[in-house]
Amino acid sequence: MTTATPVPAAGRGAVLRALARAVPMPAGAGMARMLVERNARVYRRGWLLLVSGFVEPVFYLFSLGVGLGALVGDVDAGGGVLVPYAVFVAPAMLASSAMNGAVFDSTFNVFFKLKYARLYDSVLATPLGPRDVAVGEIAWAQLRGGMYAVMFMLVMAASGLLRSWWALLALPAATLVGLAFAAVGMAATTWMRSWQDFDLLNLVVLPMFLFSATFFPLSTYPEGLQPVVRALPLYHAVELVRGLCLGLPDVSMLGHVAYLLVLGAGGVVVAARRLDRLLLS
Amino acid sequence: MDADDPEVLISARGLTKRFDDFTAVDGIDVDVRRGEAFGFLGPNGAGKSSTMRMVGCVSPPSGGELRILGLDPRTDGPRIRARLGVVPQRDTLDEELTVAENLVVYARYFGISRKAAHAKAAELLEFAQLAERAGSRVEPLSGGMKRRLTIARSLVNDPEILLLDEPTTGLDPQARHVLWDRLFRLKRQGVTLVLTTHYMDEAEQLCDRLVVMDAGRIVAEGSPRSLIEEHSSREVLELRFPDDDNAPWAGPVTTGAGVLAERVEVLPDRLLVYTPDGDAAVQAVHAAGLRPSSVLVRRSTLEDVFLHLTGRLLVD
Repeated sequence: MTTATPVPAAGRGAVLRALARAVPMPAGAGMARMLVERNARVYRRGWLLLVSGFVEPVFYLFSLGVGLGALVGDVDAGGGVLVPYAVFVAPAMLASSAMNGAVFDSTFNVFFKLKYARLYDSVLATPLGPRDVAVGEIAWAQLRGGMYAVMFMLVMAASGLLRSWWALLALPAATLVGLAFAAVGMAATTWMRSWQDFDLLNLVVLPMFLFSATFFPLSTYPEGLQPVVRALPLYHAVELVRGLCLGLPDVSMLGHVAYLLVLGAGGVVVAARRLDRLLLS
Repeated sequence: MDADDPEVLISARGLTKRFDDFTAVDGIDVDVRRGEAFGFLGPNGAGKSSTMRMVGCVSPPSGGELRILGLDPRTDGPRIRARLGVVPQRDTLDEELTVAENLVVYARYFGISRKAAHAKAAELLEFAQLAERAGSRVEPLSGGMKRRLTIARSLVNDPEILLLDEPTTGLDPQARHVLWDRLFRLKRQGVTLVLTTHYMDEAEQLCDRLVVMDAGRIVAEGSPRSLIEEHSSREVLELRFPDDDNAPWAGPVTTGAGVLAERVEVLPDRLLVYTPDGDAAVQAVHAAGLRPSSVLVRRSTLEDVFLHLTGRLLVD
């Protein structure tokens, strides 16, 4: 007769329940990967579409970084390290390409599937729950951001813009950037009512792309504006990726990583809860 | 008739669904047994689809008890859905995939291995008579084909219960009969069918047992035959008079001509005379010198049951 309850298991259960209460997360079946598989199948035919969002940062790199950079000369990349302007801009474009891939998929594509194709209506009739849909779509958008980053890094390598082996770590960093923007993008998309609302998205993404210490160092911004720039997610993405690409790792990177992780996790939770409210009423 | 009986696959007690201050489903009691074809018959807005969504575990009940396959949809949604097949009112096929891919990908959502998913897709394409369209895109398919593909998709997990919400709405008669034939086959294989419809012929064709719903409540329950016997006469005489308004003729037909009528319903375009003997009623009408522009004797249907119970027609 074993009547004693195993205390550690009960303790674990209590911790998990407390966590579940603290972050109310809709149900899922742990099958988010099936949605990723579905998306991969769709893009097997239309892989050219994948390239569309990737070329933009490449154009910026060559027009501004290389073209304009010839007039600008060297730039202080922080800590008094002077680098050619193209070397300074390229990591920012790498971070931006990861953002582009993730944002494009988690906004336009998710909106189409949510409102027009009504894909998730049929997905939610299977064991998959809103959490699986959120995790699956965000993971896919993150993958797309990651693919852009890989392609962009090849362009950088071919153009001689990589200065350090630390740059290899810029790829996982770019994937983290993809996660953060995919999660926020999908969460935001659940509030979109029509295609017109995407103008608002551009209104947020474009200024952020221009003013996140992408094209000039933070120190060149007016004193009063610097905290605003520091608050932008792309700023943290750019600083993290740039530090790695230039081979200048320091402790502040952990702060950037934490910022992006929190953004990603928060976006996943919000997206899942919103889907639950929208589709499981 | 209790929730613990393993042969009762769906059991609802006082099941309620409210949206803000609108009550879509108003405390219904339902039991669906293994292997039967069970129908919810009622007009649009009767609460049929809301009920189906609750049974499909995609809409939490606002009140009452609901057990599906002995499980609670509030806590066991994924486990229940793994054993259900769902044919929604509107086709939600994946238009970015081919016909065959729709089945394979859907099977994957149920955690079915790739190999088994492909085998199942091939089998279901045959069943849905879509084998030659396997590589086609979904968009150019006809309405009937899309519907058959949706039904095929709902079968990828060999469901114990198949939920069909208005399965043939919007289809032409021929496509409907093809679809009914497929559903009969499933029934013979032992699949429990639960369907909603506002077509009384569909309910009569497919359902062993059904409930008539109106304004969120169940107003009658039984087999199609028993409902007709209980709530309508054996035959119905339909009379049209060459007038804009048929109502004034109700008196002359019943009292004047002495037609043996249990009841008369006045519709905008015709009179329905509920009588045990239609031919005798026609003779009485003619003998009284009444000259309707058209006369039709038919058997009572579920439409008559609904009209009697609610005073309204199913399809408005």
